[in-house]
This record gives sequence, structure tokens and C-alpha cells, in this order.
Amino acid sequence: MGKKLAITGNQALAEAMKQINPDVCAAYPITPSTEIMQRFASFVSDGVVDTELVTVESEHSAMSACIGASAAGGRVMTATSSQGLALMWEMLHIASGMRLPIAMTLVNRALSAPINIHGDHSDGMGSRDCGWIQLYSENAQEAYDNIFQAVRIAEHEDVRLPAMVCMDGFIISHSIESMEFLPDEVIRDFIGEFKPKYPLLDIDKPVTYGPLVLTDFYIEFKKAQHEAINKAKKVTLEVAREFEKISGRSYGLFEPYRLEDADIAIVLLNSAAGTAKDVVDAFRDKGIRVGLLKPRLFRPFPYEEVAEALSNAKVICVFDRADSFGGFGPMYMEIASAMMASGSSPLMVNKIYGLGGRDFMPEDAAAVIKELTEILDTGKTGILKEYIGVRE
Amino acid sequence: MKLKGWKELEIGAIIPEAGNAEQYNTGSWRASRPQWIEENCIQCLFCWIYCPDSSVTVKDGKRGEFDYGHCKGCGVCAHECPGKKGKKAIVMVEEGN
Repeated sequence: MGKKLAITGNQALAEAMKQINPDVCAAYPITPSTEIMQRFASFVSDGVVDTELVTVESEHSAMSACIGASAAGGRVMTATSSQGLALMWEMLHIASGMRLPIAMTLVNRALSAPINIHGDHSDGMGSRDCGWIQLYSENAQEAYDNIFQAVRIAEHEDVRLPAMVCMDGFIISHSIESMEFLPDEVIRDFIGEFKPKYPLLDIDKPVTYGPLVLTDFYIEFKKAQHEAINKAKKVTLEVAREFEKISGRSYGLFEPYRLEDADIAIVLLNSAAGTAKDVVDAFRDKGIRVGLLKPRLFRPFPYEEVAEALSNAKVICVFDRADSFGGFGPMYMEIASAMMASGSSPLMVNKIYGLGGRDFMPEDAAAVIKELTEILDTGKTGILKEYIGVRE
Repeated sequence: MKLKGWKELEIGAIIPEAGNAEQYNTGSWRASRPQWIEENCIQCLFCWIYCPDSSVTVKDGKRGEFDYGHCKGCGVCAHECPGKKGKKAIVMVEEGN
């Protein structure tokens, strides 16, 4: 057993990075992620870690430096949020296309404009198609646990792709909660030594990174990338089983909560799922069969497994803390795809909530679940995509 | 040549073999061909220095024929060639003529 401490989400991730002790970190500060690197920079200057910390002039440069360092053969990490991730966008594709297992912490924050520093999932969802593995975390404990697993998944021989671990800005990053740390040596054994595949620093075996690949080969490389990220699903479960042995905490591709016999299912990501679990309990006490599914691995998305977990639900509400303007929310699209492909056809609605850090309160969840009971009774959905918690 | 399938390719489009650009016949791209006129050549080797594709062959300090397998026909050599007494030692000739 590790020690238990009351700590913020950012502190938890900074401590996790200290325990990982990466070879190189290149980062640029941005709210609400700044504290992770600020604390990590202290570890570097105090000599607690061996990391080469590269302070750069932008997030585009941060990711570029991470790519260079990873290609050189190092275990590489960075941290960002919101506009920072948006500025990295071009380089995110290059990291995944070059199959470099960089690990990143993403403290989820809204995107400008209007400028807003608070938590929503617009940044993470905006990088959905960048080829990175994405793990989402409900609280500091999950974020801490996920980052070690992300390193293992990213570096796995069958995967070799970058991975990001997401947690909610401010709601988790700046809130203090009790969580358990694992001992340094346990983490060291768990993550093991990084074995680079084609390190540029191996001057006896010179290689070229980033050649021009045109119509004759490009799609073959993308097919290989598609196969590799899909393998991350199996690897995520293997790594989770190993992690359970050292921590006693069990992780899956997602967390089902009172879902087995549920007529009504809600799908909620990150911190809001914690809020909604209490509300699910309250409805269960009233005899209403409602359950919750909290996705964890968003890329690759576990379609079959999610569809199986939701197969008994007659009504599903997918909550999205990000909007795809002019379309359904990004999580809704995944769940709808999963259900459609599985052949089941529950009634499905989409609620956009909490943008720009607007609080998601238990009464918000309760109001939606009440509406879902009406949909279950009448068989009519009404408005399919709707903003909630918004003033008229 | 049978092109490799996706399972056979190196991870992340890495080229593990140094110097394999030689195997890529870029000469097929050429629209005009440099022609070496030996009697006007002073062996300054500017063409060898400037050629971006190492397509000027040099042996014992003297230039020889162009490597047309790799010359893309950019014309830099002809442009830089000082020639002899106002006569260029490299001229560009349209391919197919």
C-alpha cells in the first residue's frame, strides 16, 4: 500500500511524472495545466529527477521538441491544456504518424473564443482524429493511475503510439481530494525501461525520420497506424490487469455503474460521472432502473464492448461537455455508432452541458434522468440534441 | 517491382537504410537534359559542387558523364558552368528531341 494524501489533480500528475522520471520534457505553461510543469520544473532543478527540461516558446515547439527527443530515443512527456493542445495540432499528427510513444497530460479546458480557462472537453475532443490514444479520468486518483498505464500502452511493441491522459480543468486539477500514491520502486518496475525502436542517437545505425511518402505508400502507413491503435484496446486491458496487481484498483475500457439491468442509461465522461453516480443511486432507491457508463479509453473507442454494456438499455442519454457545432456531440456520435453497428436501436438523446466550466450539479443529472423516464414511458424522444444548464 | 504491403513496411515510415536514395531513379522526372560538351570544359567542377542530386560523376579529380539515372534536369549545372571563352560546357536540351 502506498501513502494516502490530500492533493490536487495537478500535484498528483506532477508527482506521477516525478516517479516516471522521463528523459526529456518539453513544455509551455498554460492554465489550468501550468502547475504540473511548474512543480515538475522544481523537481528538475532540485535534482530529484534526471529529466532534461526544455522550456520552449510555444506548444507547437513543445510538441516538436518532444517529437525530436522521442525519435532520438528518449522517454518523453509533456503537459498542456486547451489552446496549447490546439496549437500542437499539426505536430500531434506527426508524433502519431512517426509512431513515437510520447505521453502527455491534458488538463481539459474550453477553447476560445470567447476566452475561458475552465474545464470542458473541447480540447481533447478536438484532437480526437490526431492518432493519439486517449484515456479520460474522473478524478485525481484515476489521472495518476492512468498516466503510468498510458506510458505502458504507448510504448507497447504492438502499439507504439503517443497517448494522452485527460482530466477536468479546475474541477479536478485544482481541487484537493484524498488519493493513494504508489511507492517509487513499484512504479519503476511497472513502467520498466524504455526501449527505443530506431533511436536517432544510435549513430551506428543511421535512419531517416519523416520522409516524403506519396500515393504509392501513404495509405499503407495509415492502415498500419489504424491496426496499431486498435491493438491498444487489448493492451489497455492487459496493462490494467497488471496495474491492479500493484494498486488493487481495477480499470477497464470504461466503467459501467449499475448498468446491468438498466432500462435507462446515461453516458458521462470525467468528473461529471462522479456527480451523476449519486443521482443514479437516488433514482435506484426509487425503483427506477437507471445506470451509467463512464468511458475511459476514448481512442481507440471500444465500440463492441460499449454496445454490449448498453445492450439492455431502452433509452440512452449521452452527455457531451464539448460540441461539434452543426452535428451531435462527439461522445454521442461514438455511442450512436456503437449501438447502430451492434444492431440494437435504443432511443437516444444528446445533452450538451458544462461548457466553459459551467457546474454540472446533481439536480441537472436528476432533471435529465426524469426526462428519460418519460421517454421510456412514451417512446418519444422530442429534441435529440439539446443544451442543458443554459439561460434562455 | 512489387510494392510492399502495409505489414511489410517499417514503423512510422522510417528509412532504416542510409543512402538508399540511390535506388530511386529520379531521372525519369526530367524534362530537359544537361549535355556535357567536353571541349569547352575547364574542369572547374562547379557542376559537381552545385548538383543537388550528385549526378555529376567524378573520377581522379576530373568530371565525366552525367548520371542520367538520377539527374532531374534542374539546370543548375548549366547555369553555373563558366565554360571556356564564352562557350558553355553544359547546355540544356529538351528531352525527346
